[in-house]
Amino acid sequence: MDYVILAVILLIVVVLAGAVALLRPGRRTAAPPAEQADSTVSDGATATGAGQDEADDAGVGILDRPGVPPTPEVETPPPSAGRMVRLRARLARSQSGFGKTLLNLLSRDALDDDAWDQIEDTLITADVGVASARAVVEDLRTKVKVAGTRDPEEVRGLLKAELLTQLGTDLDRTLHTAPHGERPAVVMVVGVNGTGKTTTCGKLARVLIGDGGSVVLGAADTFRAAAADQLETWGSRVGATIVRGPEGADPASVAYEAVSSGIAGKVSTVIVDTAGRLHTKTGLMDELGKVKRVIEKQSEVDEILLVLDATTGQNGLRQAQVFAEVVNVTGIVLTKLDGTAKGGIVVQVQRELGVPVKLVGLGEGPDDLAPFDPETFIDAILAD
Amino acid sequence: MFETLSDRLTTVFTTLRSKGRLSEADIDATAREIRIALLEADVALPVVRLFIERVKERARGSEVSQALNPAQQVVKIVNEELIEILGGETRMVRFAKTPPTVIMLAGLQGAGKTTLAGKLAKWLRDQRHEPLLVAADLQRPNAVGQLQVLGERAEVAVFAPQPGNGVGDPVAVARESIDHARRNNHDVVVIDTAGRLGVDEEMMKQAADIRDAVSPDEILFVVDAMIGQDAVNTAQAFMDGVGYDGVVLTKLDGDARGGAALSIRQVTGRPIMFASTGEKLADFDVFQPDRMASRILDMGDILTLIEQAEKTFDAEQTAKMATKFASGEDFTLEDFLEQMMMVRKLGPIGNLLGMMPGMGQMRDQISQVDDNQLDRLAAIIRSMTPAERANPKILNGSRRARIANGSGTAVGEVSALVTKFAEAQKMMRQMANGGMPGMPGMPGMGKRAKGKGKQDKKKKRKGGNPAKAAEREAQKAAERAARREQPGAVPGAPGMPQLPPGMPPLPPGGKMPDLSNLKFPKK
Repeated sequence: MDYVILAVILLIVVVLAGAVALLRPGRRTAAPPAEQADSTVSDGATATGAGQDEADDAGVGILDRPGVPPTPEVETPPPSAGRMVRLRARLARSQSGFGKTLLNLLSRDALDDDAWDQIEDTLITADVGVASARAVVEDLRTKVKVAGTRDPEEVRGLLKAELLTQLGTDLDRTLHTAPHGERPAVVMVVGVNGTGKTTTCGKLARVLIGDGGSVVLGAADTFRAAAADQLETWGSRVGATIVRGPEGADPASVAYEAVSSGIAGKVSTVIVDTAGRLHTKTGLMDELGKVKRVIEKQSEVDEILLVLDATTGQNGLRQAQVFAEVVNVTGIVLTKLDGTAKGGIVVQVQRELGVPVKLVGLGEGPDDLAPFDPETFIDAILAD
Repeated sequence: MFETLSDRLTTVFTTLRSKGRLSEADIDATAREIRIALLEADVALPVVRLFIERVKERARGSEVSQALNPAQQVVKIVNEELIEILGGETRMVRFAKTPPTVIMLAGLQGAGKTTLAGKLAKWLRDQRHEPLLVAADLQRPNAVGQLQVLGERAEVAVFAPQPGNGVGDPVAVARESIDHARRNNHDVVVIDTAGRLGVDEEMMKQAADIRDAVSPDEILFVVDAMIGQDAVNTAQAFMDGVGYDGVVLTKLDGDARGGAALSIRQVTGRPIMFASTGEKLADFDVFQPDRMASRILDMGDILTLIEQAEKTFDAEQTAKMATKFASGEDFTLEDFLEQMMMVRKLGPIGNLLGMMPGMGQMRDQISQVDDNQLDRLAAIIRSMTPAERANPKILNGSRRARIANGSGTAVGEVSALVTKFAEAQKMMRQMANGGMPGMPGMPGMGKRAKGKGKQDKKKKRKGGNPAKAAEREAQKAAERAARREQPGAVPGAPGMPQLPPGMPPLPPGGKMPDLSNLKFPKK
């Protein structure tokens, strides 16, 4: 492949696409519903056929764990209430460094430019991002000036308020996992490779069963070696039904099958685990869109959870943007918060996309999944 | 938000341009921008500070070049420093004098150790070694199973005496594996360990125990290219906990800038040995510092782009297209559709354009082009009859209305496409004609890279196009000129920095890019 040719092609594509794009802005506001319709019509046409065929595909089988099997490994997990509080201590341990440095800085006698710079740096070190860190510091600076305070407690209050604003307190963080009458709620779990999607699915199933629900797990990760087995191990521990297909099967068909078996079995929630995919892979992202569309033939998808690794840096924002575009992410699960990583990227994600963090993963233990509560979260960060 | 360093520096220097040398103030202004660029690439803060000090030091020195403007000069320095840090002392796997050579993998959860173990095994096998994969990750449910499947795919033996899922002692497994390897004539042992956190003392102890049990020849620290500021802490924690001799960067096929590479290299001094760039077992390569440097700086990565293109496009298509361009044969909407679909396969258009160096100046236009628009364009073209595609001139009002209805667009959009397409067609013809005289000979790119642009440019000045398209063309041409220089410059000297920041200002007004460099695929 010669790059000159490539360049020429790109050039032409851009020029033509740009030309059409320039025309659009005027009617863009009015147009979207219509556009939406177009795309779904064309997509739908292919997907309908595909979805039906695949659903009948002989390859997709249901591995039924009949009801709650009396195998010894099935445990009844504790209910989810009060988890964040129990996990708070752990969070505090891993993150106190962050809060302490900030408070030390804030309670200095003279807050000069240097000190503010250091505060900004501290936030940057937490992966908050340059822009967000700057915004927090600017606001805090003004507030401290206005309040004319030097009292560490008060400054701390201001800092907490500031961080809370950044996280957005008014967002709806409830997880929609309650069934709608006869129909189960459908949760889809998406994310890039290695963030902990399968683990999150397992933990989530555990929580839901602990709270008295019943769960069908759909192993739509048909790509990674042994991913379905991993999910099955999780499922069998808590007595959730697993629907899986052979390796390399169409994930959409597995998801479809999972949802229909959920509807047939009258369970309360269906959780669909998808394969990890980098947001730059167009083909895989299209596939994800298809999984969602195929599920939607039977039931609306109530939650689409994007799993973000707390160690992720600025690329997390990009991931969130692309995933939100493709499947309309409704919530974020921040995993691996038990390490030294601060997960500051969620501040940015919430600022930019307004998608709330709904759950946090705090370790490898089966019960280390907690609802995200910004206040407790920040309290834990700022705990001395 | 996704501005490149070169864009930023260009902005900084617009006020200072033509000074030709760096003053203290310039350096400070620049340092700030470099800082932000590096932080956005996830380079750890302490490392950024150190790095900037180094750059400042060098910039302050006597290296004032006549040929480069200040922005270019600074980018050049930054780039060189980066390559130096990233690349200094690269080395390959050390094989033990008496086999088996033991390679142990360690890293955080989800960094990609198990997958990497498979890739490494395949790579070793391709080098005529006889590797043995050892499943010592007994923590994560079915990690053992995953490794077994990978071993099968890579056609490599797997040693997995324990079922995993929390059962079994990884230290014992590791120890036994060495004997097993000896007995079965495996000359390399790759030990996959469980993911662990730097702060988890118990697990770190376990890793150290495995290390002591097998005394590996190489411990590789596997780290995700997307990791943020925490990279330093983690790298240090693993350094203290188990120690390692080399680093492997995974998930480089994403668009994370991978500043962690720099952080880890700087903090631990350990070389980055491999890069893993995809989900397939073959997507694994030796680390290339110069590419990483331009990636961190977001300078565009034309090499990667071409590689991707090569993977996606088949040679036949390319050849066909090249002939079409060069022969001046009429370029039809059908051809355009085909090309567009090929481009679409390459990935999100924004990403592609981002990879083109110097695209910074066009960022506004780029941000308006997204994949949906390409789809819309495709819809319009697909709603045409073959005759219409071959000859858009026959598109009258009623045909346009039909096409608009058929594709769910407005008549205005169809018309815009037709008008612009006519322009593009004209342009193609011109390029082909202008380019032809330069064709004979066809020496390698590198050789004809320099000094070429100037002569051709004069010949082909042209003012017929509407100003807007012409402007775009001028920019494109600049990039093309830049790109032309690149392949020649890449081996050895880092020629990158000369490119993007201040393209030699081209004569304003319409000026056609020349295709004289168009290299035909060797048949």
